[in-house]
Amino acid sequence: MARQFAIEGASVLAVEKGPDILNGASKGNSAILHTGFDAPAGSIEHSCIVEGYQEYLNIRDKLGLPLLTTGALVTAWTEDEESKLEGILEKALVNGVHDAELLSARSIRKREPELSPRLRAGISIPREYVIDPWTAPFSYMLQALENGAELQCNCEVLSGKFDGSLWTVKTTQGIRKAKVVINCGGLYGDLLDEKLIGQKAFSIRPRKGQFVVYDKSASQLIGSIVLPVPNEITKGVVVCRTAFGNLLVGPTAEEQDSRDDASVLDATLRSLCRQGESIVPALAGQPITATFAGIRPATEFKDYCIRTYKEKHYISVGGIRSTGLSAALGIAKYVFDDYQVFDQKHFPSTPCIWPTVQQIAEHTTRDWQTEGNEGIVCHCELVTQREIKQALTGKLAAGSLAGLKRRTRATMGRCQGFYCSARLSELTKGFFELPIASDISQKGSGNE
Amino acid sequence: MSSSTREQCDVAIIGGGPSGLAAATELKRLGVDSVVVLERECEAGGIPRHCGHSPFGLREFRRILSGPSYAGKLSTAAKSQGVDVRLNTTVVSIGESGQLELSTVDGLNYINARKVILSTGIRETTRAARLVSGQRPMGVMTTGALQSLVYLEHKKPFKNPVIIGSELVSFSALLSCRHSGIRPIAIIEQNPRITAHLGLKLLARLLGVPIYCRSRLQEIMGRRTVSGVKIETASGKTNVLECDGVVFTGKFIAESSLMRKSHLQFDQATGNPVVDQFGRCSDADYFATGNMTHPVETAGFCWSHGIETAQQVYAALAGKLDKFNRRSVIYPNNSLIKYAVPQVLAIADNGHIQVENRSDSQSIQIRVNKPVKGRLSLKSGLETLAEKSINVLPERRVELELRTLSDKRLPETLYLDIEEAD
Ligand SMILES: Cc1cc2nc3c(=O)[nH]c(=O)nc-3n(C[C@H](O)[C@H](O)[C@H](O)COP(=O)(O)OP(=O)(O)OC[C@H]3O[C@@H](n4cnc5c(N)ncnc54)[C@H](O)[C@@H]3O)c2cc1C
Ligand SMILES: Cc1cc2nc3c(=O)[nH]c(=O)nc-3n(C[C@H](O)[C@H](O)[C@H](O)COP(=O)(O)OP(=O)(O)OC[C@H]3O[C@@H](n4cnc5c(N)ncnc54)[C@H](O)[C@@H]3O)c2cc1C
Repeated sequence: MARQFAIEGASVLAVEKGPDILNGASKGNSAILHTGFDAPAGSIEHSCIVEGYQEYLNIRDKLGLPLLTTGALVTAWTEDEESKLEGILEKALVNGVHDAELLSARSIRKREPELSPRLRAGISIPREYVIDPWTAPFSYMLQALENGAELQCNCEVLSGKFDGSLWTVKTTQGIRKAKVVINCGGLYGDLLDEKLIGQKAFSIRPRKGQFVVYDKSASQLIGSIVLPVPNEITKGVVVCRTAFGNLLVGPTAEEQDSRDDASVLDATLRSLCRQGESIVPALAGQPITATFAGIRPATEFKDYCIRTYKEKHYISVGGIRSTGLSAALGIAKYVFDDYQVFDQKHFPSTPCIWPTVQQIAEHTTRDWQTEGNEGIVCHCELVTQREIKQALTGKLAAGSLAGLKRRTRATMGRCQGFYCSARLSELTKGFFELPIASDISQKGSGNE
Repeated sequence: MSSSTREQCDVAIIGGGPSGLAAATELKRLGVDSVVVLERECEAGGIPRHCGHSPFGLREFRRILSGPSYAGKLSTAAKSQGVDVRLNTTVVSIGESGQLELSTVDGLNYINARKVILSTGIRETTRAARLVSGQRPMGVMTTGALQSLVYLEHKKPFKNPVIIGSELVSFSALLSCRHSGIRPIAIIEQNPRITAHLGLKLLARLLGVPIYCRSRLQEIMGRRTVSGVKIETASGKTNVLECDGVVFTGKFIAESSLMRKSHLQFDQATGNPVVDQFGRCSDADYFATGNMTHPVETAGFCWSHGIETAQQVYAALAGKLDKFNRRSVIYPNNSLIKYAVPQVLAIADNGHIQVENRSDSQSIQIRVNKPVKGRLSLKSGLETLAEKSINVLPERRVELELRTLSDKRLPETLYLDIEEAD
């Protein structure tokens, strides 16, 4: 959103309550660039996915965004699932995914020999791809900043008032004024609506998804995104490669009350491993690199809840549930169109600036391959000292250790910091509110 | 760069820990011309670099040293023998005919070696790989990470952590904590007794740290930082222990990432490289040594192992280590066996195992998954080729000597079994 509006010439202020962006629902996802083949036909979600998908491909060269052209397979493992394939194919065709194709188990296993022989049949969705969940949103925000937007982190919106021409918004960092307010509050979208306009058109129903990430060696087992036949509630457990060269299995779909408890549960993780192994038997014995969970801002509706309040100069962009990474650029365009009712005149900044962020996807040229990288700090993910220093400075500098990890992948690899914690702690000294460790000499402090 | 213009050397050693440095020093001593150690850290020495405590060095220097001074001595010894130690040099991939791809501060580089020794060591099993419940607060780490923070950067990541596990290294974690004024509140062990020598219980008691056996870590509590852990006790009850950190110790696995994406064969389950009795990998230009072949041993053991491996490599360079076309594969046939090394035996055309003149040191090393009392045997079909009675704990070395096999004709498959005594 910030990017779209900044490029169009609006003066944009993005406020984020966390110490860094990507602090909410966007923290953990499967990173699939969806075609929208199975989205509800005629929904806002579907049109935003289609638009977002296309826009991603249009701008990805200019922003240097990664893409793994994996293709996806919707796989049927039971008779019941097999009987649903026909319907899924029809829906895909209605949704404009014309290259979707019904395949026999034999031809699928020719392509993916590691899939379990239990496979009955499937549908190929050739243009369903994998992207990098961090670089894309970081690039959008960086481009917004380069084109004049402002970002304020550690800045929570508390309340606000609209006096007919101007908004006065109270935040933890003081009062901010704006002509129009757009609520992209993710998991807190409904609460924010209540705080700002005293009403809400939806309620967030947090839906957690847990994942197991396997070692890089596992990514050789499978080329395509392996999707199950979805049911009413969820797209189901996916097996797919990541842009970082790993293989992930997940997510689950668990309704919960908490909007920020992204805890994993050992029993669930074990069951994910079993599900993974039942789809790709060779996963048994592959080492596990990481486990994590993300929370979807689902609502009572089966669509996004994007709503313009004309007389309040307010747009609520709520319920961006499980496809927001793919749809982001489309949502921004959609909202910018709606925003025209406010009759604000903007003139696109010329020329538009196209910055590029650090490449951290596995198949791109990485810093360790180039001169002057100052040596490798994180050995598992091959993150260099220069990369870490760069991530800590500049317009979109990391605001927390988690933010640094998302920018560089440091400590996200198989050893999870066995080797590099110490140097990372030294390099990040003084940068974060919550440091990795304190100096030993500070003995007197705390509960000692 | 074409391979003809690439830098060449006789032996490249990947990893400059005790085993790699020992192998390099020995190769130079034997008269090998160009021996290069490739080490990704800014100093050689491996794990002991950040083990600020003793005992190290008894075998090698007949003195008790702290880790860092031991590491320093090994590295000085290597350099004074003429070993070319290259720091800040990460090997990123290994290929056939000893082709290595390196990353240095100058970017990508290549080197070709006639023989390569893998001595990349080990790492501990992380929280993620143990599938532990909870959110992802800061203050959760392995002993390795804790020690490098404490000894290399003089920092402490928490004040009152719990220590998970009771291997030797768990007590090393305990000592590192004490060194930096960190007071662990407990050691948690799932089994009925500690894995390390019972004597170490006394150390914990002296330091006032209780050990809870038959206890399982259930969940890590806290969102931004650790606020506690849930522990399931023997009786099935859940206790909450307040703490601000969690140290996962031990459960060592080979640092085998290079191998996993290479042409070399490795054991899927353990990540250990498949080696024969000479330490040779499936590609005879590669050898493996030190902790990576049998997690986990002491530094002194790895040092000796490095020297032995160097002697085999020397023989191979001189054409004295025959290429065997036949191998016997050893299959652990019992889930009590965690791993067995070597995984294959190179055998001569007459079916007999070739053992070195120093054959007394050659053996099959076995580790078990839980305390075992019984008979260990190596079988071919119904015939027992070698056996011995054992009474061992996990993480203890069990050896079956190869010498006893020298008069036998070995088939292609051998089975290792344990018959438990009741
Ligand atoms: C398990 C899982 C798998 C997924 N898989 C995919 C996938 O494969 N492909 C795909 O396209 N999408 C996927 N998604 C969906 C995607 O991640 C989400 O749709 C997207 O992240 C939603 O982004 P958002 O910006 O709406 O919300 P968020 O990322 O939650 O952003 C909202 C931000 O607003 C901030 N905020 C909230 N309240 C305030 C306040 N009062 N003041 C200031 N700041 C505030 C929050 O801190 C947060 O950073 C998945 C999601 C999950 C959870
Ligand atoms: C916490 C802890 C405490 C210990 N305490 C003791 C003790 O008190 N006494 C004792 O005798 N033993 C102790 N040990 C055991 C001892 O440290 C090890 O047995 C010994 O270090 C193993 O030597 P190594 O050469 O096989 O491997 P390591 O010491 O692990 O060395 C491997 C080296 O390879 C390098 N490397 C890895 N991959 C690459 C690559 N791709 N490119 C370049 N370089 C690479 C690493 O940086 C490292 O320097 C302890 C171990 C631990 C973990």
